Amino acid sequence: MTEEDVQAPQIAGDDNEQTVVRSKSVPLDLVDVRSGMFGVHGTGDTSGFGGLVRTVAMPGPTERPYGSYFDEVVDILAEVLGEQGIELEDAVEKVVVFRDELSLFVAREHLVAVARALRDDQDLRFELCLGVSSAHYPNDTGRELHCIYPLNSITHNRSVRLEVTAPDADPHIPTLVEVYPANNWHEREAYDFFGVVFDGHPALTRIEMPDDWVGHPQRKDYPLGGIEVEFKGATIPAPDTRRSYS
Amino acid sequence: MNSAPSTSTPRATGGAGAAGTEGVHEYTALGGDWDEIAADAARLGDERVVVNMGPQHPSTHGVLRIVLEIEGETVTEARAGIGFLHTGIEKNMEYRTYTQGVTFCTRMDYVAPLFQEAAYCLAVEKLLGITDDIPERATLIRVLMMELNRVASHLIAIGTGGNELGATTMMTVAFREREEILRIFEAITGLRMNHAYIRPGGVVQDLPPGTPARIREALPRIRNGIGELEKLTLANPIFLGRTKGVGYLPLAGAMALGTAGPILRSAGMPYDLRKAQPYCGYETYDFEVPTHTDADAYGRTVVRFAEARESLKIVEQVLERLEAQDRAGKHPVMVADKKIAWPAQLAVGSDGQGNSLDHIREIMGSSMEALIHHFKLVTEGFRVPAGQVFQQIEHPKGVMGVHLVSDGGTRPYRVHFRDPSFNNLQALGIMCEGATIADVVVAVASIDPVLGGVDR
Repeated sequence: MTEEDVQAPQIAGDDNEQTVVRSKSVPLDLVDVRSGMFGVHGTGDTSGFGGLVRTVAMPGPTERPYGSYFDEVVDILAEVLGEQGIELEDAVEKVVVFRDELSLFVAREHLVAVARALRDDQDLRFELCLGVSSAHYPNDTGRELHCIYPLNSITHNRSVRLEVTAPDADPHIPTLVEVYPANNWHEREAYDFFGVVFDGHPALTRIEMPDDWVGHPQRKDYPLGGIEVEFKGATIPAPDTRRSYS
Repeated sequence: MNSAPSTSTPRATGGAGAAGTEGVHEYTALGGDWDEIAADAARLGDERVVVNMGPQHPSTHGVLRIVLEIEGETVTEARAGIGFLHTGIEKNMEYRTYTQGVTFCTRMDYVAPLFQEAAYCLAVEKLLGITDDIPERATLIRVLMMELNRVASHLIAIGTGGNELGATTMMTVAFREREEILRIFEAITGLRMNHAYIRPGGVVQDLPPGTPARIREALPRIRNGIGELEKLTLANPIFLGRTKGVGYLPLAGAMALGTAGPILRSAGMPYDLRKAQPYCGYETYDFEVPTHTDADAYGRTVVRFAEARESLKIVEQVLERLEAQDRAGKHPVMVADKKIAWPAQLAVGSDGQGNSLDHIREIMGSSMEALIHHFKLVTEGFRVPAGQVFQQIEHPKGVMGVHLVSDGGTRPYRVHFRDPSFNNLQALGIMCEGATIADVVVAVASIDPVLGGVDR
């Protein structure tokens, strides 16, 4: 059993490399490497699917043309950043268009400059920031923490999303409170739930959990908890110990 | 704790003993007259007075704590403390199927539950790529439910706001009209709140026969009630005195703080996602986006009244379309893809259990495959392709955003709700500082926060 477990990620690694070759410079947003099927593992696995290994990754980068107004937004952003001496390729790691939504993966050191450009340039004018939402991908080594910033432009009626990653070992992302004051509480929430440290935030304290809480509950390595419930003689396991099918 | 209370001041006790608060006097106000506390404070020479409003204060819309630093009656600093109602809904949703998730998210903002359901389901459908396959009737029913819910939510905002000013009549009128709407919800979904009615792929159940007529019958009463409330408040000198110029947040501040919804519209910006980025076919309805220019609590009340009227206009248009559909025969309310749609139309049987007898006859009597399929779909759920979307809708309180991440499995990998109340509460400080304590109550009411949504 253990041997299989050790082998599985290796196979996945090979698989992974094949996919990466196609888009060499951009890292893959790896979500999970799954083995087997039906949620059974080890000696109890009689399904015959025990050797199956699948890599789950988020949608990869999109090539131009992006369609809709997306090309224009990226072009103007490149121009505005260029005036500040920042190359678009340095600031924006990749552009993803998925389900008609534009996502810009921004290097964290350039986040504030990009946000400022998106807010201030008259052809971009993304005035409204809808806060920050985070997700934790323990398998995305070196990029475990992702933060997304949805931006709306009322002037041009457009939407764009910024995505910034940080490793678990160094969970620092510059704050956007100076550019979008609305992000104050949202960043506190992301800190509270994920442990993302927003450098330069005026008062980065917990917001939902008690001040003396240990741990960051929305991270994937933080258990849900829960107790078994007995109902009509049968025992229903706690939600986090039930069989999962994915 | 450290500094012994002075014997002559029964209301002042020692400080809490936490770092930095040694020697700070603590006063406990349990009703009665503020004069006595003020006199005690004057005698002890306390110049900087910090007042905790809430979390169990009747006028803070639930368990909201407001920390006020006051100078006499004037608030010099106001900070909101939240988190008392945090129940980990987002984390729980990661351990349930996509369909079960609706049951959780409907409990966030319990005054406008159908908006969370709709936003979440639209996000799931977008991620599935089936947005265009949702049956017309399901979309019509969603719009109907959302607009009725918007009226109910605005009535609560205005009514409880009035109650907090001491105008109990405003509250009773508003709750009476909201009751009409809740009765309609109960007839359609079976519940007054926590509906879990809108599901990924459509809605759980078609409208019961005669619903459009029933709503049509109730609409004039609701409209009259809103009119009554409007007459009672908008020209009332006391109401004007309490709300005009109070909770002022001009356009620049509202934009910077991301407060969409009635707060932004009361500052003159006609931003409404139903117009700007239409979803659920809102571009086909005829309605206006009301605005006001005062940017104060009064302006917000005016905007809410006008929005409630516009919502009723939309409800009438939906009813026309629903009646036209009724005449044309039966229409599905769930997406046709059997891999996503739950197989049964629920119906309460004689045993009190909910399942359609025809469906049970099929899965138990004639088709084993149908039984397996039913079992797999309900226990395991459907798979959603890996990826992430951000779905925005116009909630009665502002822009609601749903960030949904899937890892290709049957459960959401991550769901985040950008609740408008959570965001808008940030504006509390800027609205209250420099005003009196009494104005804090008005300002909070004009933000209309629902703490279930704020804390999730």
